Amino acid sequence: MTDLTSLTIAEARDALKRKTVSASELADAHLRAIARARALNAYVLETPDAARAMAEQSDRRIASGEAGPLEGIPIGVKDLFCTKDVRTTACSHVLYNFVPAYESTVTARLWRDGAVMLGKTNNDEFAMGSSNETSFFGPVISPWRRKGANTPLVPGGSSGGSAAAVAANLCLAATGTDTGGSIRQPAAFTGIVGIKPTYGRCSRWGIVAFASSLDQAGPFTRTVRDGAIILRSMAGHDPRDTTSADRPVPDYEAAIGRPVKGMRIGIPKEYRVEGMAAEIEELWEHGIAWLKGAGAEIVEISLPHTKYALPAYYIVAPAEASSNLARYDGVRYGLREPGRDIVAMYENTRAKGFGKEVRRRVMIGTYVLSAGYYDAYYLRAQKVRTLIKRDFEEVFARGVSAILTPATPTAAFGIGEKGGADPIEMYLNDVFTVTVNMAGLPGLALPAGLSPEGLPLGLQLIGRPFDEETLFALGEVIEQAAGRFAPQPWW
Amino acid sequence: MNAPVKPTKLIKGTDGDWEVVIGMEIHAQVTSRSKLFSGASTAFGGAPNAHVSLVDAAMPGMLPVINEECIRQAVRTGLGLKAKINLKSVFDRKNYFYPDLPPGYQISQYKSPVVGEGEVVVDLADGASVTVGIERVHLEQDAGKSLHDQHPTMSFVDLNRSGVALMEIVSKPDLRSSEDAKAFVSKLRSILRYLGTCDGDMEKGSLRADVNVSVRRPGAPLGTRCEIKNVNSIRFIGQAIEYEARRQIEILEEGGAIEQETRLFDPDKGETRSMRSKEEAHDYRYLPDPDLLPLEFDQAFVDALRAGLPELPDQKKARFTEAMGLSAYDAGVLVAERETADYFEAVARGRDPKIAANWVINELTGRLNREGRPITESPVSADQLGAILDLMAEGTISGRIAKDLFEIVWAEGGDPRRIVDERGMKQVTDRGAIAAVVDEIVAANPDKAAQAKEKPAVIGWFVGQVMKSSGGKANPKAVNDLLKQKLGL
Repeated sequence: MTDLTSLTIAEARDALKRKTVSASELADAHLRAIARARALNAYVLETPDAARAMAEQSDRRIASGEAGPLEGIPIGVKDLFCTKDVRTTACSHVLYNFVPAYESTVTARLWRDGAVMLGKTNNDEFAMGSSNETSFFGPVISPWRRKGANTPLVPGGSSGGSAAAVAANLCLAATGTDTGGSIRQPAAFTGIVGIKPTYGRCSRWGIVAFASSLDQAGPFTRTVRDGAIILRSMAGHDPRDTTSADRPVPDYEAAIGRPVKGMRIGIPKEYRVEGMAAEIEELWEHGIAWLKGAGAEIVEISLPHTKYALPAYYIVAPAEASSNLARYDGVRYGLREPGRDIVAMYENTRAKGFGKEVRRRVMIGTYVLSAGYYDAYYLRAQKVRTLIKRDFEEVFARGVSAILTPATPTAAFGIGEKGGADPIEMYLNDVFTVTVNMAGLPGLALPAGLSPEGLPLGLQLIGRPFDEETLFALGEVIEQAAGRFAPQPWW
Repeated sequence: MNAPVKPTKLIKGTDGDWEVVIGMEIHAQVTSRSKLFSGASTAFGGAPNAHVSLVDAAMPGMLPVINEECIRQAVRTGLGLKAKINLKSVFDRKNYFYPDLPPGYQISQYKSPVVGEGEVVVDLADGASVTVGIERVHLEQDAGKSLHDQHPTMSFVDLNRSGVALMEIVSKPDLRSSEDAKAFVSKLRSILRYLGTCDGDMEKGSLRADVNVSVRRPGAPLGTRCEIKNVNSIRFIGQAIEYEARRQIEILEEGGAIEQETRLFDPDKGETRSMRSKEEAHDYRYLPDPDLLPLEFDQAFVDALRAGLPELPDQKKARFTEAMGLSAYDAGVLVAERETADYFEAVARGRDPKIAANWVINELTGRLNREGRPITESPVSADQLGAILDLMAEGTISGRIAKDLFEIVWAEGGDPRRIVDERGMKQVTDRGAIAAVVDEIVAANPDKAAQAKEKPAVIGWFVGQVMKSSGGKANPKAVNDLLKQKLGL
C-alpha cells in the first residue's frame, strides 16, 4: 500500500471510513516520519502521547459511527496557537516555558471535529519574519533543494515549520497564521496550498497576537480540496473574539469543481514589479492561460495604492505588535530576568527574551506611536490602508470575481542569504501578500510550477470578503492544470 | 463659565485678590457584576487574585469582550448629566508598563468617548446654584494593586481590580472655590447613586478625584495648572485645593512661575507634593484597540435607557418644593441621598409634608448623624415615624411626648400607638381636669399671676408648670387657652 503519510486528507478520510486504515496507524506513520525528519527542525514540540491517545479515541468514534469531519486526521499546529497543557512558546525565549491552561478556539474546533495533534510546529518568533530564521528554536530547513545542490533553503515564514511539515509529509495538514503573508509565502516556497481566510473568518482567541487587525489563522494542505475540508472546521463565529464574523460557514468542499466559466479574473498591472524574475512572469502567464482555458474572462485591473502597502504595513503591524508584546514583562509567566528594580527587570527580561527582529519591530512600533510622530506615521498608514481597501472594493464592484497574482517575487532563498544587513530585503518578500491583509480579504496561494532550479513557485488568488468558495473553485482549476509538487526526500 | 466671581470666593493675597480655577476628573467605579472586558467578578474584598480571568491576567492570545451592562451604565450616567450620547465611540489602548497593569496597556477611550458634553447644577451653601459643565465621560479599565509590604525583597500584585470598569467624568474648569468643588463632587455622587451607576463609596475607592488647580488675578487668562491625583474623600478634596491654591499664590507673589506637574495630596500633613513634572510625563502612545470594533448603538437603545431612568435629585427637589411646599433648603437636604428622599416620601405619604420633612431632617437625621448610622439602618422605620406623626396630628400625644415616644421607639422598637396606650402617654384633653391643675397652680403663685398681667410672656412659666404637673400629657393648646382665661389676658 502507499505510504500513509503521502495521502491527502480526502484520501485518508475515505480510507478511515472504509476502515482500510486506522487513525492509530495513520498517527504512528506520521510520528515515525517526524522522528526521521528532525533535521528539518519543523516541529519544536512532538506530542506522540497526545497523538496516540487522540487517534485511539478517533478509532473508537469511527467504530461507533460518531466520526467527525476530520476524524483521525493527523495535523501539526503552529506554536502560535495556545494548546491546553501543551507548551506554547510563539518560538520566543520569553515564553520558553509557557504552558497554557486553555485551548485556542481554532484548535479546539479541529479537535472537536476529530483531528489528531502530532505536535507544535516551528515559526518565526512571534510570527515576525519571512524565512523562519528568527525562531528561538533555530531555523527550519526546507525539504526542497535546488537541483544538484545541497544548500539549505528557507521554507519561508513565519509559518515555516507548518509549511515544511506538510510539504515533507510530516502531517496531512497544519495550521498557520498570516499577518502579512505568513501562510501564503511559505506555502509558495514549499509547493503546497496555503489559505489566509477573510479577516474575521477564524477566531483569534487563544492565538498569540502579533498584529491584531491583520492576524488571521488558516491551513496548509497539499491540495486545494484538503484546504477546503479543513478550513470548514477552523472557521466560524466566536463570541470571545469580537472581530470574528457572525455568519455561517459554507461547505467549502462543495465549491471544488464548481465551474469558473464566465468569472472575471483581474490581473493587477501594479503587481508587475520591476526586476520580477522571468520565471515568475512566466508562471503568472500560465495561470492566466489555465483560467482562460476554463472559460474565465481575464481583465487587466489597477490597484493604484499597491506601492504604499508594504511601507504602511511595516508601520501598522509593528505599532500593534509593540502594544501586544508589552505583556511579556516577566511579571506573571514566561522568562524573568531579575534586576535591581522593576524597570531593570523589564529591561533585562525583554532584552534577553526577545530576539533581534522582535526587538526591532517593537522599537519601530513604539516610535511610530510616539507623541509627535503618531500623525505622520500611524495615522497616515491607516489612511493608506483605507485607500488600499478601496482599490479592491472598486475592482470587485466592477464585477471582478477574483484577482490572480504571483504569491512571491522569487523562489525560496538560502538560509542566511537575506536580511542580514538590510531588513528591507527580507520585508520585500511580502510585497504581493501584505495588501490582502491590509484589506482584510481572503487569499489562497498554491503551487503552479517549478523554477529552472527546480524550486516550487506559487500563484495567489485574492477574493471578495468571505468568498473563499470562489478561490477554491479557481484553485482547483489551476491545481488540475499545474499538477502537484513534492520534494525529493534527502533527510 | 466667565461670569464674574463673587468677591467672597476670591482669595486675599498680600497684594490683591486671586481667583482659583478648578476642574475635576472623577473616576467612578461602574456598578456591574463583572468587569469591563471579562466575566470576572467585581466583588470588593475577595482574597488577592480571587477575581481574575485569563483576560485580566493578560495571558497570551486572550481578547477583551465588552460587557454591555457597563455600556448601559455609562449611557445612563450621560443621560443623568444631561449630556450628549455618542452613538459611536472608540476604545483605545493607553500604553505604559506597570506590574499591576498586566497587558502593558489600559483600555480607555481617548479621542471618541461614549458621552460628550453635559452639565451638573450644584447647589451651594449660601442658597445660590452654579452650573458646572461636563466635558466628557468615558469608560476605562481600573488597574490592579501592587502590595509592597508582604515580602522583604519583592512586591506582590493583586489583580482583583484589574479590568474593573471605571467612568472618567471630566468637568470643565468651572469651579471657583474648594466649597464649589466639594459641592460639585457631592452632587455628582448623589446623581450617580440615584442612577445606580456607581455606589459612590469613597472609602472603598469607588469614587476618586483628580483635581486640576490653577490661580489667576480676577479676569486674567487661565494660569498654569497642577493636577492633584487620586484624592479619595470630599474633605480631602477641599483641603487639597485650599493648600494648593495658597502654594501657587505664594509662588506667584514671590515672582515665581507655576510648573505644570502632577502632585499628590498627603492627608496626614494636609499638603500636596510633586509627583512628576511635565517632562517626566508618560508618552502613552495611544492607539485604537485593534481587538475591539468601534462601540456603536442606535438611538432606540439610548431612548430605552432614558425611559428607565429614575427621578433624579433636581427633579425630586423641584417636586418637593413645588408640589409639597417644602423650602428649597429642606428639599435640598432631603434629596441629597436617595435613601433619605425615599424615607421622607414614605413618611410624608398622606401626611403633612412640612412636618414630615421637619422630623426627618431634625429628629431622625440629626440622631442618625450623631450615631454615625446611615438612614438605611435607622432603628425607627418610616412606618413607625409616620405613626408617631399621626398620633401627634390627631391630638393623641403632644409634640413633646412625640419626642419622648421617638426615643422609646429608637431604643426599644415597637408599635408607637401601643406604646402610647400601654405607658399612658395620651395627651389630656379633658378641659375640666386641666382647669383644675391651672386653678391650683395660679392659686399657689399669686405673685407670678400679678406679674403676668404686666408681662404676658410670663404665661410661658405657667404653661411649663402645668405641663410638668401633668407629666407633659396636657394638651398645650388647652393649657394656653385656660391659663389666658384664668389670668385674664
